[in-house]
Amino acid sequence: MTVQEPNSFRVGPDEEGRFGQFGGRFVAETLMPLILDLEKAYAEAKVDKSFQREMENLWRYYVGRPSPLYFASRLTEKLGGAKIYLKRDELNHTGAHKINNVLGQILLARRMGKTRIIAETGAGQHGVATATVCAKFGLKCVVFMGETDVERQKPNVFRMKLLGAEIIPVTSGRGTLKDAMNEALRDWVTNVEDTFYCIGTVAGPHPYPAMVRDFQSIIGWETKSQMKHAEGRLPDTLCACIGGGSNAMGLFHPFLDDAEVKIIGVEAGGKGVDTNEHAASLTGGRPGVLHGNRTYLLQDDDGQILDAHSISAGLDYPGIGPEHSWLKEAGRVEYASVTDTEALEAFQLCCEMEGIIPALEPAHALAHVMKIAPDLPNDHLLVLNMCGRGDKDIFTVAEALGTKI
Amino acid sequence: MSRIQQRFEKLKDENRAAFVSFVMGGDPNPTASLKLLKSLPAAGVDVIEIGMPFTDPMADGPAIQLAGQRALSSGQTMAKTLKLVTDFRKDDAETPIVLMGYYNPIFSYGVDAFLKAANDAGVDGLIVVDLPPEEDAELCIPAREAGLDFIRLATPTTDDKRLEKVLTNTSGFVYYVSVNGITGVKSAEADEIDSAVARIKAKTDLPVVVGFGVKTPEQAAAIAIKADGVVVGSAIVDMIAGKLDKKGGAKVGLVKSVSTFAKSLADAVHTARGA
Repeated sequence: MTVQEPNSFRVGPDEEGRFGQFGGRFVAETLMPLILDLEKAYAEAKVDKSFQREMENLWRYYVGRPSPLYFASRLTEKLGGAKIYLKRDELNHTGAHKINNVLGQILLARRMGKTRIIAETGAGQHGVATATVCAKFGLKCVVFMGETDVERQKPNVFRMKLLGAEIIPVTSGRGTLKDAMNEALRDWVTNVEDTFYCIGTVAGPHPYPAMVRDFQSIIGWETKSQMKHAEGRLPDTLCACIGGGSNAMGLFHPFLDDAEVKIIGVEAGGKGVDTNEHAASLTGGRPGVLHGNRTYLLQDDDGQILDAHSISAGLDYPGIGPEHSWLKEAGRVEYASVTDTEALEAFQLCCEMEGIIPALEPAHALAHVMKIAPDLPNDHLLVLNMCGRGDKDIFTVAEALGTKI
Repeated sequence: MSRIQQRFEKLKDENRAAFVSFVMGGDPNPTASLKLLKSLPAAGVDVIEIGMPFTDPMADGPAIQLAGQRALSSGQTMAKTLKLVTDFRKDDAETPIVLMGYYNPIFSYGVDAFLKAANDAGVDGLIVVDLPPEEDAELCIPAREAGLDFIRLATPTTDDKRLEKVLTNTSGFVYYVSVNGITGVKSAEADEIDSAVARIKAKTDLPVVVGFGVKTPEQAAAIAIKADGVVVGSAIVDMIAGKLDKKGGAKVGLVKSVSTFAKSLADAVHTARGA
């Protein structure tokens, strides 16, 4: 499908919540009034200076922003090509980029007078971030998590409990992120008065994809100014991993109209995109409608949603944010995929070369960087979004490497 | 005049409410599903809703989620659901059939191809849970142009202003979801339902049918006094679930149990106003 190139890649979505054919508001009638209220409340908050100030204050003193843009010298030397910078969002409070968005949404929930927060989580990072901010503001927090993920992310489950959240293991479907999201939506239609649904990625019905992107865009804005300070210019390439795609959207969005910046999103190829076990919706899926929006989905010939697979629980989702689907079709962002095995190699390399234990999610982005960096010139500036730290993944990695902890 | 309109006019003349029942297409398997379907009109079911199974039914409770999973495990597809309607129509030209489900399987089939196939099969209306008025251009308007009714859900969160929007392109009947929530879990009080039905009827001439959480003949009868129809879904689907062997096959007596239960509900609905 060819799409006429727009004047700007940064103006979406339209009033209907569409990015081209993607996005929209595909929800049950019970939820429509709620998402319209949310849209209105967000539009007001966005232009309210006191809302912005409160968020900036918390980002600085509670999260620890700005996160550094770090020159990874040994990794650069080892790969022997592009100059590799890591955007260190794994240094945020709670260990991932997720909290950038959660803070924004919880401040909004408070403005709207909501007292009960629900969230879905896959790897547990979004759940932990939500439980954290709810604890800070004394809000009730309920986290839906697939039972498969509860099993493979035990440390995060315990963290959320320590933070006072109630964890609801989801048994429907295969018990992963998509099923957790179904269950959160079912809770929301049941508890419409007091409940705010804090979605963890750039998916869901409008206005979530745009709102979550806006809250995460702090990553890209900081990168822009930090790179200018470090090198006096824009980076040449940006690279980030994609499950739902919030860390990637946050890094990419401020650069979308800088035509000279090459942008690459890396999906989870699982056991290979030619097998049935992967999570690469853009590479191996086609457009469909799920969880409130139209986007690329892994689905069978009859429109039934397929289970995704990835060694990384955070990427194990059969869809992707609708803006990514649009950016793919518009040709502005290039989307690649790497396998579980390649991500594991990158995970180890990062530990050994930089003393940084990455989450398995950004290890996917690094695996792609390992493929392209050697062929790039030494003055090529490449930014990789180190969107989460790997403490949560050490059990999974140990098992994959055949080590007992 | 459409089959749905004919059916409601006939019931109105008789001063009775409609009994609407829901079964999942292909649950527990294609053969048993067709037998079940064929038994419903004789049990007194006035309008049949057939579920189009979907892997991710975000507005459904456990009973209908499991029914969808059973149907999908037995190999149900959109083509087979449409075939079920075709086969039903061989002996029944009058009972209105409404297909109910989620948008993705329809979008995947192709909207135009689906509407043509649904018309050819003898489908009368569609209820697509995740298509609010904001997305009318997707399926609602093409369906209306193809001569199919597009039945929309109104809910307790639908306020007066929004109700007008919800009613704008709705046809056939209005499905009032009596509780905030998913199918088959909570039940609403009859007086709350009556006032909601009155609120909707003040804005439309379409029949107003009430569903979600109706489980017993008593509840159904209480609603049928004021509403134009009552839907029972999860309770019927649960009965099917209780009549399966360990491998998921239909036990002897499945059809009889379900049609007996459907008849008790239908009788309660049909006699509610006469009491």
